[in-house]
Amino acid sequence: MVMRFYSIAVYLFLYVPIGIIVLFSFNSGRNASDFRGLSIEWYGKALSNPFVLESLTSSLIIAFSAAFLSSIMGTTAALALQRMRGPMKTMFDGLIYVSIMIPGIVIGIATLVALVTVFDALNPLLAAVWPEGAEPPRLSLGYVSVIAAHTLFTMSLVIVLVRARIAGMDRSLIEASQDLYATPWRTFRQVTLPQIFPAILAGFLLSFTFSFDDFIISFFVAGANTTLPIYVFSSIRRGITPEVNAIGTMVLAVSLTLLISAQLLLRKNDTKKAAKG
Amino acid sequence: MNKLSNDHKDVEFVNVTKRFGPVVAVDNISLSVEQGAFFSFLGPSGCGKTTSLRLIAGFDQPSEGDVHIGGVPVVGIPPHKRPVNMVFQNYALFPHMNVAENIGYGLRQRSPKPTAAEMNKQIDETLELVQMSGYRNRRIWEMSGGQQQRVALARALINRPTVLLLDEPLAALDRKLRRDMQIELQTLQREVGITFILVTHDQEEALSMSDRICIMREGDIVQSGSPRELYDHPVNRYVADFVGKSNFIAGSISGVNGKSITVKSENGREFIGSPSTGAPTLRGGDHASIAIRPELIAISPSNTSAADMNADVAMNGRVKNQIFLGEHTEYLINAEGIGDVLVLSPKHIESESGGFNPGDTVTIGWKNELALALEDS
Ligand SMILES: Nc1ncnc2c1ncn2[C@@H]1O[C@H](COP(=O)(O)OP(=O)(O)O)[C@@H](O)[C@H]1O
Ligand SMILES: [Mg+2]
Repeated sequence: MVMRFYSIAVYLFLYVPIGIIVLFSFNSGRNASDFRGLSIEWYGKALSNPFVLESLTSSLIIAFSAAFLSSIMGTTAALALQRMRGPMKTMFDGLIYVSIMIPGIVIGIATLVALVTVFDALNPLLAAVWPEGAEPPRLSLGYVSVIAAHTLFTMSLVIVLVRARIAGMDRSLIEASQDLYATPWRTFRQVTLPQIFPAILAGFLLSFTFSFDDFIISFFVAGANTTLPIYVFSSIRRGITPEVNAIGTMVLAVSLTLLISAQLLLRKNDTKKAAKG
Repeated sequence: MNKLSNDHKDVEFVNVTKRFGPVVAVDNISLSVEQGAFFSFLGPSGCGKTTSLRLIAGFDQPSEGDVHIGGVPVVGIPPHKRPVNMVFQNYALFPHMNVAENIGYGLRQRSPKPTAAEMNKQIDETLELVQMSGYRNRRIWEMSGGQQQRVALARALINRPTVLLLDEPLAALDRKLRRDMQIELQTLQREVGITFILVTHDQEEALSMSDRICIMREGDIVQSGSPRELYDHPVNRYVADFVGKSNFIAGSISGVNGKSITVKSENGREFIGSPSTGAPTLRGGDHASIAIRPELIAISPSNTSAADMNADVAMNGRVKNQIFLGEHTEYLINAEGIGDVLVLSPKHIESESGGFNPGDTVTIGWKNELALALEDS
């Protein structure tokens, strides 16, 4: 009885604030703490605000690029790790889990320091080798640095998902393909890749969500760029408006959709395997 | 080995050894498989059968020695360049492809790739060969084990390999289906004329399907020959025990007199048997067993004399168990001095004597020339 009450309290604590954001995003009133009836007015306002649209575009570009890169790099790493044996493998496995656990703020600071150091070293070099008269490019924080940092921290997710899938894959499928005259590359394309693809796609969706929602790391390395979470953060310093609630609700909806899709992809694979076995 | 004799060997092992770290999976074996043969590796689990097959397929490379396929040395050649195909123990069908795509997989890797029409024609023909017409578009997980088995066979056979390798192909099927598939595999092999190399731990499977059997133990070949040769002339007790059913009386050799070898059993009684053709010569003092097949033992009411049974040895015993098998009746008899003995009595004898029931006392006997004296190893 006590336990039951306790768990209900925990759930309320977790979800009531979120529920309130969703509810107040439909508030027709101007004041965020004073509910005046339902309307979708604030969604319209949010979506026609040029600052929101600009930061949303940045966020989408960053999330897509980071997810794309980390899917490719994570998959490649997972394939390489799968062939590795011995203490090196154990070490790499450990490092991957550690990198998932590292707090965002540490990744943020570390990436910032690393990027700034590299830029400071490269910029004079670039200026020196650049032809006379032309304006040398100046590397600075922006899209690329956010994408790099997000790729870094989402890649481990892809590695973990793809590795689990490879480990669960029937090794004899690869041998069967070789046996049926497929070259190593064709075996990869026709058997390995289709087998691990759902995991890669799930990794992509998760990476996208994590990158899209990320505030801490982006805050450190975004430079002059504003992502949607950064915009929300800066706008609530001017007070919480129903517009912010509307943005929050939309982000929530997109994130949940992606997370559920990823989960379904991974699940579908398991049931197929179960049905086969 | 000269070139000429190589020509009708599809697979040859020359002093092949395969080690996995400290484990010697295959220990210096040499063998050859004739073109068009149905050849089996038979032996208990872990004796190196699968490893031998994988050396032919190219999934593993020998630590020492040479493997030839169709007279060509293949050591170092990767699996996708070898003219052999394998039916995997778990079938290894591609789950993301349907039946037709699975079967056409080998054809699609060819260059130049056959036309779609040509591929479809071959896929249909092969499906018909394995009696799976109409299953073209099935998904893999929508089929029973037996059906998956046929698809796996078709996927390999469509490529017309020099050699088809089968690793315990029937192990996952239920008993009835297994019997049917044994007959079908044998018919199929004759029909397509491709050399089949089968791996099995089931002696009945090996005996009923193969032309030649290679009996393995701990990475070694103990004996190879036709099923009849192995059954009639096992080189030692291990083979006699593995191939068919046999009764053994263990002891040591107390006398060798040309074609008659005397074995003194553990409790002192002497039995006589003949040496097996091709077996190593036995000497006095060697550990040996008298082996006698159940169908070579006669059974009569108790206290019949050896002479009356037309036998050289006779002893009394008690029927412990009786199993009616239709054409035969199988008795388990606890015989004086030698323990449990299996006797297979044919139907016409049974109807004469009226048969025996558990608890009955009986006399069993056999002729010395039918018993074998075999090395105990
Ligand atoms: N890849 C491998 N690594 C290490 N040991 C192996 C490997 N494959 C087979 N072995 C060992 O080699 C021996 C023979 O195995 P195998 O050929 O699979 O036997 P069988 O098919 O007759 O059951 C066994 O002791 C097995 O443990
Ligand atoms: Mg095996």
